[in-house]
Amino acid sequence: MSANVNTSLPLEYQTEQSRLNILGFWIFLGAEIVLFSTLFAVYGVLGERYAHGPTPNDIFKLKDVMIETLLLLTSSFTCGLAVFEMRRHRLKGLLTWLIVTLLLGFGFLFMEINEFIHYVHEGATMQTSAFLSSFFILLGTHGAHVTFGIFWAVMIIIQLIQRGLTPVTARKTFIISLYWHFLDVVWIFIFTFVYLKGMVG
Amino acid sequence: MGIKWNEILITGDPLIVGSQIAIVMTVIAIVGGLTYFKKWGWLWREWLTTVDHKKIGIMYILSGVLMFFRGGIDGLLMKAQTARPEMNFLDAQHYNEIFTTHGVIMILFMAMPFLIGLMNVVVPLQIGARDVAFPQLNALSFWLFFSGAMLFNISFVVGGSPDAGWTSYFPLAGKEFSPGVGNNYYAIALQIAGLGTLMTGINFIVTILKMRTKGMTLMKMPMFTWTTLITSIIIVAAFPIFTVALALMTFDRLYGTHFFTLSSGGSDMLWANLFWLWGHPEVYIVVLPAFGIFSEVIATFSRKSLYGYKSMVISIVGIALLSMLVWVHHFFTMGAGPAVNSVFSITTMLIAVPTGVKIFNWLFTMRKGRIKFTTAMLWSLGFIPNFVIGGVTGVMLGMAAADYQYHNTLFLVAHFHYVLIPGVVFAVFAGLYYWWPKMFGFMLNEKLGKYHFWLFNIGFNVTFMPMFFLGLQGAVRRAYTYSAESGFAPLFLVSAIGSIILALGFAVFCYNIYWSFRYAKRNVSSDPWDARTLEWATASPVQFYNFAVLPEVKELDAFWHMKKRNSGLVLKEEEIEEIHMPSNSGLPFYMAVVFGITGFFLVFEWHIAAAVAAIGIVIGLIIRSFDYDDGYHVTVQEIKNIESKWRKVEGGVKHHVG
Repeated sequence: MSANVNTSLPLEYQTEQSRLNILGFWIFLGAEIVLFSTLFAVYGVLGERYAHGPTPNDIFKLKDVMIETLLLLTSSFTCGLAVFEMRRHRLKGLLTWLIVTLLLGFGFLFMEINEFIHYVHEGATMQTSAFLSSFFILLGTHGAHVTFGIFWAVMIIIQLIQRGLTPVTARKTFIISLYWHFLDVVWIFIFTFVYLKGMVG
Repeated sequence: MGIKWNEILITGDPLIVGSQIAIVMTVIAIVGGLTYFKKWGWLWREWLTTVDHKKIGIMYILSGVLMFFRGGIDGLLMKAQTARPEMNFLDAQHYNEIFTTHGVIMILFMAMPFLIGLMNVVVPLQIGARDVAFPQLNALSFWLFFSGAMLFNISFVVGGSPDAGWTSYFPLAGKEFSPGVGNNYYAIALQIAGLGTLMTGINFIVTILKMRTKGMTLMKMPMFTWTTLITSIIIVAAFPIFTVALALMTFDRLYGTHFFTLSSGGSDMLWANLFWLWGHPEVYIVVLPAFGIFSEVIATFSRKSLYGYKSMVISIVGIALLSMLVWVHHFFTMGAGPAVNSVFSITTMLIAVPTGVKIFNWLFTMRKGRIKFTTAMLWSLGFIPNFVIGGVTGVMLGMAAADYQYHNTLFLVAHFHYVLIPGVVFAVFAGLYYWWPKMFGFMLNEKLGKYHFWLFNIGFNVTFMPMFFLGLQGAVRRAYTYSAESGFAPLFLVSAIGSIILALGFAVFCYNIYWSFRYAKRNVSSDPWDARTLEWATASPVQFYNFAVLPEVKELDAFWHMKKRNSGLVLKEEEIEEIHMPSNSGLPFYMAVVFGITGFFLVFEWHIAAAVAAIGIVIGLIIRSFDYDDGYHVTVQEIKNIESKWRKVEGGVKHHVG
């Protein structure tokens, strides 16, 4: 609460409230890890219960999944570049890389939604089998997080344009970068334990 | 959307129609009263928009009292129904609904808000902070909890109560066997309240880790602060599991997925596992803060430092870790096999070790102490033997082989009431009698308090002790009646009589609140109990900024030593600086309203209406994102005025220990 400003720290850590917010967000990410772990556990239990419906080999298309993966991994890299620019106090570079990040994220989302529509057309809906229920909920939760992240980042971009780089906008940018990297990490697990294991294992 | 208007309001049952009339009358009385006394502005400014941790705590506690009524009435109805064999007071369906809501309300909407309320009031004061780390988030936590609680509570008059038990096991809780909206209420109301609890957990971890006053290292924290920290960590580790479980339940019920169904590959056991992966830690989420309260009360009224502080800390950390490793003991009989059952049997019994350490520490704290038999202390003393009965029967249930005999009987019901009532409810009462002057500036009447204690304690034992024996004789839980030939009737009758004594005890408590509010002496000193921790170093009731100057701590029981050395107690006026405080906000209340409306539409599966209402949630988030309100500053002059008011009255500040 107090305006205990320490200018020797990076912009996002300068005020006491910012330090509290960033720690709080790390703990929130801890809760998110539990949340996704639970969803992975559910998928682990139900992932091979096909109930005479399609199996991963019937529906997954590795090429599309690879493109999605590349888009999301790259977006995480550009998000890192954005924070790097922020540390150098370059608003323009920060905004550019943030927008690139969001475009990549949007591309990922577009591909994922297309993938889902494709599955539904093939008759693989979340009502078909326990495998597909857990598949759609795990990926859907991740996709919903990405969607939420895109809207959230747009809010922050507007605030960066309105207010420039301040300790508060810097903290907000830093926090969403943590969120974005986290979603990337979750995707790596999805890619491994859902797609690769489903098609190769 | 195909709304069936005639199925929304429950009609036909005289008990429920009576409740509907009572609810409408109460609402008219409240609205009329607020309008007549012109209190709407006051309600909005002082309470609905507050971000002050003390007021939020008081609102939690008031909700707890209210929910105790509701859950208690449910309990009394069950006792009335089973008082005699083959009674027709409640039918089977109504009985199912009542034991379900009783369980959910007592755990999630009575025990939790009481404890989180006390945490809110006390913890920032104990660590010498001005508020929690995120005051507005704290208000949002409360309002989401309240929204969820109200949504759950209206179920019995609007649409029908959930009826699959507080554990809501599948396949019973699925759409196939419970087609009504009752279990939708369960899935959605608990989800909303659970979000609030998760935020509380995050908030208190950050508050305790980062906002302790100068000199208060972790090992100098009061025990209640320690238990709050560990509880918050368990909340963050366990509540997301429940979030997922409830979300999957919602999808199964509303959108036809197959997580827990019997068909298409679903697994009903998955629900049982997820539920108890959260549910068992939940037991420790309610019982650890209660242990913290007993630690404070026993140390204060034994006039000694808490015995074995370090072992207490190690014990609560140990309990927290073990709490995550015992969940299978809730369903030993469901066929996991001897190896799995053995593992969970052993982890279960391991919990008795740190718990035993704590019991001995409390006993040793009292040893050679000059014990004062205040009401708060009586609750703490009553807790120990009663809780030990609960603990020992828990070890009996923990033996997997023997559990086949006890499982699903009233023995189990008696056991967990012996754990939760002494372990949580006694603690809540102890905490309320103890911290009441800090919250309101007057004490609860000690004499009425003692009537409250004895009636409640005797009533509790008369109610639940017979249930151990009923259970051993084979009386199953959740059965709405039994035959005369079973021979259960005498013990059931004793139990029913006990529940009336128990209810009388609670009535005395409510009367005590009323009596003390009207007649108790005001201007109690800031430290009426001659206590040991920092919350007693400031005014009663506490001024909104908590401390004019943040205290500096040198050792455990900081305030006790400050009094002993007579240092750090007098306010030096030149040390006062402007204080930065957060502004009030109506946004948390708004969020509760839109969450409540969205939840209500989802319960009835009106998806389009729910989607429209959900836009309200998004708007709230956007407003919050663009909110740059940085709070306000309290001037030095204002602080001086407020401080001089309480410091100058007789007995305002204590400079010595008794």
